[in-house]
Amino acid sequence: MKQLHLQVVVNGIPRQAEVPVWQTLASFLREDLRLTGTHLGCEHGVCGACTVLLDGEPVRSCLLFAVQANGHEVLTVEGLAQNSKLHPIQRAFQEHHGLQCGFCTSGFLLATLALLREHPSPTVEEIRRELAGNLCRCTGYQHIVASVLAASELMREGA
Amino acid sequence: MKPFPFDYIAPTSIAEAVALLTSEPDARILAGGQSLVPMMNLHLAQPAVLVDLNGVTSLNYVAERAGGLAVGALTRQRSLERAPQVRQRWPVLTEALAYVGHPAIRVRGTIGGSLAHADPAAELPMLALLLDATLTVQSAQGERTIAARDFFIGALTTALNPGEILTEIWFPALPAQTGWGFQEVARRFGDFALAAAATTLRLDDQNRCSEARIALAGVGATPVRAPRSEALLHGAAISTGLLQEVARTIATEIEPESDLHASAAYRRQAAGVLTVRALHQAWQRAEQAIG
Repeated sequence: MKQLHLQVVVNGIPRQAEVPVWQTLASFLREDLRLTGTHLGCEHGVCGACTVLLDGEPVRSCLLFAVQANGHEVLTVEGLAQNSKLHPIQRAFQEHHGLQCGFCTSGFLLATLALLREHPSPTVEEIRRELAGNLCRCTGYQHIVASVLAASELMREGA
Repeated sequence: MKPFPFDYIAPTSIAEAVALLTSEPDARILAGGQSLVPMMNLHLAQPAVLVDLNGVTSLNYVAERAGGLAVGALTRQRSLERAPQVRQRWPVLTEALAYVGHPAIRVRGTIGGSLAHADPAAELPMLALLLDATLTVQSAQGERTIAARDFFIGALTTALNPGEILTEIWFPALPAQTGWGFQEVARRFGDFALAAAATTLRLDDQNRCSEARIALAGVGATPVRAPRSEALLHGAAISTGLLQEVARTIATEIEPESDLHASAAYRRQAAGVLTVRALHQAWQRAEQAIG
């Protein structure tokens, strides 16, 4: 087949579209759904800027075809804030200066969400190891680590 | 970049999948996609047809069988990493898996894909060799098995014939009280190894080595065992001096190449150092196991 009628739940909302089979998930999110918060840094799976959650697990959306998400659930950065209230991870990144240009940030936010669900009280070493697949050219990572530590505290408090 | 257009088929059985590979000469298998799709995005691979194996759910399993571990080829690296029976009985595999790419890669990447891709610096091919795994392969002609030591032929080249799909990897049991070690050096955590070493070691009741295995990655076109170094250890009392001799012997058993990431000399040196560290780990664990 060359085309598929895609049905996928994105940020809690069922979406449908006719997609060519060779279109990546990242491209579908950005171009078809206009959810441009997911960024393309390398398109070969190295930088992590395209990270989204597929059925709750972190994936590189540049390495998935949209058709592979058929019948599945996707969470992008646009799905983090609820009713204009920032997600605790977003608040933590804001308060602890975990971003500068912001290009890598959406990937980091989703990777962090996945990390904190698995390790609610991560050590600095665990954070650096688990987020090693997300590259940042601006911050030097220290404020990102601080943001993740702060986020873990906020989430443990039930913020 | 974006991949070139292709035709897409999603079989739901192995039989359907192998039939497709036979009828479509320019087809590639899509499993985890963590090696293939980057190549397609970079236009290094341009298959006319993609056979998506992800619907063949019968290939996704981790089960203890015949005393060993049977792993379906489509098992995600992340599942294998978290499997309690693997951590308990083949802990060197659990340890090595943490070095395979990054969590997001392991969510999709499969053990079958990693072995069939056969990157010279990859951890899973090295572990298959260390643990003397048996690989089961299916084609339209039927099934055959290939020992890990016969599977890796060259860089990105395996004993898989056209039309064949890797379906299962079987790891034999490790004898009780087997110590193990794993060491890797890479420029950034999660990068391909510049060199990696994995070891197992058992001690007899006189505290001499009764069995030792050493596997290396990143130091040649394929992962390798180090039979001459292993022979030095068999029946010997382990000492720091003996391990230094092993490090020197390792250097004579490998033919690393220089590339963009590391020189041959560096890889040769690193292989020796990492082997000694991994043997130390295995030795300590073997002693602890005896108690």
